[in-house]
Amino acid sequence: MDRELTAGFGRAGYLSAGTSSFADFLTSAAPELLPGARGAPAGLPGADGAGAAASVAAGLPHGTTIVAAAFADGVIMAGDRRATAGNMIAQRDIEKVFRSDEFSCIGIAGVAGIGIELVRLFQVELEHYEKLEGRALSLEGKANRLAGIVRANLGGAMQGLVVVPIFAGYDTDEGVGRIFSYDVSGGHYEERRFHSIGSGSVFARGSLKKLYGDGMDAEAAIGACMQALYDAADDDSATGGPDMTRRIYPVVALVTADGFQQLTDEQAGAVAQSVLASRMSLPDGPSSVQRQIPGPASG
Amino acid sequence: MPFYVSPEQAMKDKADYARKGIARGRSGVVIQYDGGILFLAPNPSRALHKISEIYDRIAFAAVGRYNEYEALRKAGVRYADMTGYQYDRQDVTARGLANWYAQMLGSIFTDQLKPFEVEIVVAEVAEVAAEDQMYRITFDGSVNDEHGYVAMGGQAEQIAAVLKDRYTEGATLPAALSAAIAGLGAQANGDRLDVTASQLEVAVLERGKEHRTFRRLTGSRLEALLAEAGPVAGDARTGSSAKAKKGAAGQGDAAVPGESAAAPDESAGSSG
Repeated sequence: MDRELTAGFGRAGYLSAGTSSFADFLTSAAPELLPGARGAPAGLPGADGAGAAASVAAGLPHGTTIVAAAFADGVIMAGDRRATAGNMIAQRDIEKVFRSDEFSCIGIAGVAGIGIELVRLFQVELEHYEKLEGRALSLEGKANRLAGIVRANLGGAMQGLVVVPIFAGYDTDEGVGRIFSYDVSGGHYEERRFHSIGSGSVFARGSLKKLYGDGMDAEAAIGACMQALYDAADDDSATGGPDMTRRIYPVVALVTADGFQQLTDEQAGAVAQSVLASRMSLPDGPSSVQRQIPGPASG
Repeated sequence: MPFYVSPEQAMKDKADYARKGIARGRSGVVIQYDGGILFLAPNPSRALHKISEIYDRIAFAAVGRYNEYEALRKAGVRYADMTGYQYDRQDVTARGLANWYAQMLGSIFTDQLKPFEVEIVVAEVAEVAAEDQMYRITFDGSVNDEHGYVAMGGQAEQIAAVLKDRYTEGATLPAALSAAIAGLGAQANGDRLDVTASQLEVAVLERGKEHRTFRRLTGSRLEALLAEAGPVAGDARTGSSAKAKKGAAGQGDAAVPGESAAAPDESAGSSG
């Protein structure tokens, strides 16, 4: 029946029972629309097609650092605004942290073009399921679906079109914020307390490790993430710091029981300003001594 | 096929079959109010919906055979999400969806042995009320472009007659709800309308909302609204409509057909 029916519409499957997954539907109805589906065309000049693809990929804009942290009321995610293509700055005000649905957010690092497409697909995927089934996916379910979407891009990743997301959300069943990290093969791992991805993630994570406190409130969490991004920008050339002259500040998203909320430019700017002001006297940022954690010096 | 059946006869048989199937079920009403578009259908089930969200500003209401309109609803969500993913969210329109449904229902009607026994309404809430869109699509793929209000189902004509009297442009939500309930009360198939929150499925497309505008009205919010809708009907309509409505809901089938034809004024005369 479906074949007869849809023959005239050129696309199969609209009336099929199918699953509630938009990505599955896209795979059967219009696979060419999947992010990164084409990969690099076979038979590129040169002995090694994948090598040529990788060199092209190196020239594409790449997104850089994202940090996420759980706090008392939920979870926070923040990302810098820089995209780099090789050693050039491709864009100063790119956004890499997105609302995925009412109770979750997603950040991407890696090839920006494919990453943003992946985020769009994931957003539609969640909403599609919600509309077809009449209920939202569980947070675990969302994290698993994202893993499937990331895994589908494995071919592209092998050719250099690497995208790695980080997913965070408020678990409405358990009333806590949770963070999931991913690798290119679709492996996903729940992270405790905080995590970061992207080129500056090593520095950001080191910074967060010192500044993070269990059960910190939203204000403290925003401050810690902003400090971590500043530290990442300090040591990683691909991560952009707050741009006070152009008024470009990190994107900061909070997900709590009240849903998704993104700080306005004014709010993010105020926090960035205060971080910058504190760095005027302490260029390396607040130290753990200032947080009055007993150490060798105090003993 | 062993016997010859003329195309006219075949089409007529199919149409009769579909009409009968649709007439067996309850009807539904879609009506504009000052803040958006209201959807109302008698439905005792909390899980099997007749009214659903399709996209940011588009909703779907259907009557007839559940499995068939549910398949159409899913197809519509797929169409809308696909279009929005491929182009942009603002490129998903009720007009496009209605045309697509019309194509689909039309080809089902001609190609399949059994036509779909459904009637659907696709509505889109715009920035201003004048640009709201409502389309009624019938089992054979005909599309009607409607304004203000639209009734669907086997008793659509009687309901539309009541709505014509009761509908006012820019009515408040309780007033629109009261008109819609009065309309549904005009069904002449002997069913009496149970106007309680548990027996009605009510949803709105809210003009002022960002992103997804579809909201279901359930539980205490709906009860409060129904309570508000009752007195409003009485005050605004010469004090008689509340009674008329009660009559439609409370009396047997004998009173109902007359009720649908009678203007509120007439019953006001009889009560006064």
